[in-house]
Amino acid sequence: MPRLEGHARHRVRFTVNGHMAEAHVEPRALLSDVLRQQLALTGTHVGCEHGVCGACTIQIDGVPARSCLTLAVQADGADIRTVEGLAPQSGQLSVLQDAFRRHHALQCGFCTAGILMSLDRFLKDNADPSEEELRDYLGGHLCRCTGYVPIVAAALDAAKRLREGATHA
Amino acid sequence: MKPARFDYLRAGSLAEAHEVLAAEGNDARIVAGGQTLMPMLSMRLARPKVLVDIMHLPELRKITDDAQAIRVGAAVRQAELLASPQLAETQPLLAAALPWVGHAQTRSRGTVCGSAAHADPSAEIPLSLIALGGTIELASRRKKRSIKAEDFFTGMMSTARAPEELIEAVIFPKAQRGYGYAFKEFGRRHGDFAIVACAAIASDTGTRLAIGGVADRPMARDFGPLDGSALDDALDEFAFDLDARDDLHATARYRRELVRRLGRATMEEARRCRV
Repeated sequence: MPRLEGHARHRVRFTVNGHMAEAHVEPRALLSDVLRQQLALTGTHVGCEHGVCGACTIQIDGVPARSCLTLAVQADGADIRTVEGLAPQSGQLSVLQDAFRRHHALQCGFCTAGILMSLDRFLKDNADPSEEELRDYLGGHLCRCTGYVPIVAAALDAAKRLREGATHA
Repeated sequence: MKPARFDYLRAGSLAEAHEVLAAEGNDARIVAGGQTLMPMLSMRLARPKVLVDIMHLPELRKITDDAQAIRVGAAVRQAELLASPQLAETQPLLAAALPWVGHAQTRSRGTVCGSAAHADPSAEIPLSLIALGGTIELASRRKKRSIKAEDFFTGMMSTARAPEELIEAVIFPKAQRGYGYAFKEFGRRHGDFAIVACAAIASDTGTRLAIGGVADRPMARDFGPLDGSALDDALDEFAFDLDARDDLHATARYRRELVRRLGRATMEEARRCRV
């Protein structure tokens, strides 16, 4: 890759939720902004823009990461998954999303997309997490509505249903 | 909060990265995981002309070890070091300290060497390097050099790295038989910056205690085989020598008290963990 000039736009390509996506961006463009503004994937929310709040968390190459702390040019060639990619099909929720709905694990919903993307991965690596492990993991996200109790309950419930073999809501 | 404009170069070779650093010095910044640099760019605390991305250089993505030490390349992510096999045996201090670095969602991207480069006074990786007597490997177009951690960290977010130098790796000595290792940290919430972080290494001749979050860089002191009030006095002296300051998060007095109490608890745990 040649040196990309700061004042020009450059083509970047990556997969988003299994589909090839392309955008033309300045090197300084944040991945969070490119997802929302150029690819119209507004499910990813932007809160603090310095990595603290966790609202913009997506999965990059399978692991949760802050899209506001990643440049779109850094993500060139990466495999990206956003909250839009969680539901198995239109009108049907994933096991985790459904547990969030049943447990009222969201109120305003601003933090929810990031938390879902984190927990989606966490529950794949930790099929039977303790409440303490979950709370430690959720430390990377701020929620100002729920007090976290219903989020933890939803995650524990989703983990149980996934262990029982559920594949969707 | 958006970064100012900069050029971006995905380095295709180490030589290419060295060339840019040699040509542009302080106007160039290395980006690896970006977990500390990106906020500084967004807040415009850093305004480089060019970012050099080193994450696609396979020679920097390696964790290697020999009988004495673990060498972590510049593109190794914190989560990768934490997940490396038998870390709890090869270096229990690292295994205990790394889960305190940021959050799982930032350790997935942030690099070990990036944290050393940033040199935040409360960061766990610089503290571990100081406690263990680690080494930083620097390289420029012209030469390579290794520097001891105690000479590398020179102050608040400042290091002995020259503008044309790239951190290629950091080296952590492995655990030795007869030694015990412990780490404790106090922050407002897990994942926040440490108000005080403590790392201790115990041997039959005494205990070394390193403190982060108080002075302008992590500082270590070796204590002889002290106990009881003699140890209290020695810790009190250390706490005052760290020259704590009041800030938004805690008073200097509170930090000194944490050094005395959490420091002592960490030393005691390291002694108990001796193998």
